[in-house]
Amino acid sequence: MIPELGAGALMVALGLAVYGSAAAGIGGRTGRAALVESAQHAALAVFALVTACLLLLAWAFLSFDFSVRYVATNTNLGTPFYYRLTAVWGALEGSIVLWAWMLSVYTLIVVLRHRNARELYPWVLSVMLGVLAFFLLVMTVPAPVFQRLTPIPADGRGLNPLLEDSGMITHPVALYLGFTGFAVPFAFAIAALVTGRVGDAWITTTRRWTITAWYFLSLGLLIGGWWSYHVLGWGGYWAWDPVENAAFMPWLTGTAFLHSVMIQERRRMLRLWNLALVIMTFALTLFGTFLTRSGIIASVHAFTQGSIGVFFLSFLAVVLVLAFGLLAWRWEALGAQGELDSVVSRESAFLLNNVLLVAATFTVFFGTVFPLLSEAMRGVKISVGAPFFNQVNVPLFLGLIFLMGVGPLIAWRRASLENLRRNFLWPVVIGIAAAAVFRLLGVRSTLAVLTLALTVFVAGTITVDLVRATRARLRIGERLPAALGGLLLRHNRRYGGFAVHLGILIVAIGVTGSQAWSVHTETTLRRGEHTDLAGYRVRFDGLAASEESNHFKVTGTFTVANGRADTTVLRPAKKFYPQEQSPIAYVDYRLGLREDVYVVLGDFARDGSQATVRLQVNRLVSWIWIGGVVLTLGTALALAPERRRTGAAQELPA
Amino acid sequence: MTRGMRWLVPLSVLPIVALLAYGFRTDPRDIPSPLVGRTASPFALTAFDGSSLTLSGLHGKVVVLNFWASWCNPACYDEAPVLERAWRTYRERGVVVVGVDMQDTAEAAQAFIQRFGLTFANAPDPQGKMAVEYGVYGVPETFFVARDGTIRAKHVGALTDAVIRAKLEPLL
Repeated sequence: MIPELGAGALMVALGLAVYGSAAAGIGGRTGRAALVESAQHAALAVFALVTACLLLLAWAFLSFDFSVRYVATNTNLGTPFYYRLTAVWGALEGSIVLWAWMLSVYTLIVVLRHRNARELYPWVLSVMLGVLAFFLLVMTVPAPVFQRLTPIPADGRGLNPLLEDSGMITHPVALYLGFTGFAVPFAFAIAALVTGRVGDAWITTTRRWTITAWYFLSLGLLIGGWWSYHVLGWGGYWAWDPVENAAFMPWLTGTAFLHSVMIQERRRMLRLWNLALVIMTFALTLFGTFLTRSGIIASVHAFTQGSIGVFFLSFLAVVLVLAFGLLAWRWEALGAQGELDSVVSRESAFLLNNVLLVAATFTVFFGTVFPLLSEAMRGVKISVGAPFFNQVNVPLFLGLIFLMGVGPLIAWRRASLENLRRNFLWPVVIGIAAAAVFRLLGVRSTLAVLTLALTVFVAGTITVDLVRATRARLRIGERLPAALGGLLLRHNRRYGGFAVHLGILIVAIGVTGSQAWSVHTETTLRRGEHTDLAGYRVRFDGLAASEESNHFKVTGTFTVANGRADTTVLRPAKKFYPQEQSPIAYVDYRLGLREDVYVVLGDFARDGSQATVRLQVNRLVSWIWIGGVVLTLGTALALAPERRRTGAAQELPA
Repeated sequence: MTRGMRWLVPLSVLPIVALLAYGFRTDPRDIPSPLVGRTASPFALTAFDGSSLTLSGLHGKVVVLNFWASWCNPACYDEAPVLERAWRTYRERGVVVVGVDMQDTAEAAQAFIQRFGLTFANAPDPQGKMAVEYGVYGVPETFFVARDGTIRAKHVGALTDAVIRAKLEPLL
């Protein structure tokens, strides 16, 4: 029953989305409000139908309905309740359902919030429903999620065991919220181009959308890193895998967009550029999906499936040609009204930030498609690996960190020497001093010293700004907590931005530290034997076997002592799933601010007398996750309703 | 930018799309090897069953040389039955399948062979020397050696019946 209901709902939703998109477009063109209204109803119906599909699919999973092929391939009778829910989006077809559902939620929010964006609204609705129609088409033709399976098997195959992890509920959800979120600014940009209202309205309206989408994308990337770190068992969090790159590229252009809109808001420059950036960001989210689903590039993540790649590529081509075509059509209207007055100014700092981010996007794109390029050109398939990405991107990222310090404080238009001295003297001094101190402390890697010194410099600029603004408030008689709190709330955009920068800095410290100072060893131990690494002594105490609901598990017990009194017992395991034939590693670790002890169980003797173990001491990795928390707080602050115009301190100079 | 030039902006996406479309025609696992067209380097191995196995001893036969390991999941597990099937289908037509087990323990390898009921010759590569000589990146990788001893094709990743047929038929 469920397959028929679901497939039926999908067909109706597809029809309505196509109709709604057309009706909204025609309504926008002819000014017939009734048509737009009708499209609006279609959007609500699509939301209801896609929600129904998602619930039906979830129900099929919960009730082990193996008559649905997708359910039978991704779950079995042993799959625990929790993972039966996450299995809904655990593979290709279901992930598209989740995607479409989020898009329909966003469309609903657009209807509820932006109905009054008069000229733009019909077109925004039309674009949103158009994109939604595409995803519904994918769900109907190349990836039919409700396809029937006959004969109905007694048990299913089971979920990919790597996906049996709590990260799997949050990682895809956050990532897709980010990906789909960029559809809204994109829809506004297209609406602006179609209607010729290419002024600043669409940018102001979409600021929150952009920040939200950007935030979820950041979160998705960070949780992805966390999943890789604690599930995959190779001790890393980022590998420049094509699919990671695919999520990273829209993050880069999205970051560029977040910054360049500030120039447009303030100086009426970069109109064309902002439109191009938002189109690129949206296109890159599609490209990311295309890359994961088409299997054209070998990757650990790829779910390869027949014709779906062709669908995505065609849609990508249509989106790019139409969007850039509109851009070309409106070319005259997009000229800058402001001008760049000086190279030493906030505008140029932001501009440089954009150049670096786009350059980074380009190198990542280039590196990702390089195997294709080299094969097309020379008939040789060559992959570029992490060394390429690191070598090219590290200088760009260092430049970005530096600009993170300069951009928010340097004066608009033209910075005077006095402005520079006032803002940057102390941070530069502290940064240089920090470099010297790190050197003296024995940090040998120049790259690490440079990164840490830059980080200190940026933190210094944030402190200088905060101290100065707080002092101004203290001078008019406010108390310290009130002054600080008022500052954060009243200038929440600015200080939210600073907090996000701080989060990124903390992530940067984590990345630098883990790259520069992590150590590892691999050894075979008999029971009772120990091995030493970086001040830790790890003893192998034995093995235990246990039968779990859907797998068999062999757990090793290792006692970790660090020379002082404090000892920890770590229990890495190997899980044997019947459907997988070879074991899945289950990592155990002790996280710390300074370092993580990370143990992976390798081969072992059946009688438990010996085991091979990979032992890693990973430095500062926790900072990456802490950075994510700070970033979250910063985003929340930036998104808080603005309070600038209220309160007693209105006379205060900004 | 002049009026005409700006239309190049939307058109500029076409080469990128074309490149990506080209990706559909290629197989990311089909990695060419500089060894294709060269004479396969000789080897002398001792199979798990104790018999000796040399390339010179197989002269005149088409050799499917497969590098595998019991820890290689899931690719080696997927292709083991495929190889066994190929061996049974093609043995009468002068094809020999040789499995070379890399970086593995004898015990785990034996278990693997038993599990899939492999009947073709399998031998460990104890020092990993052979893997180096054949430039093996990872497992599984498979070389197709013609009757005259030259390597005619290489396949990276799990074999399928279709791949084996496509690579073997021309050599028969």
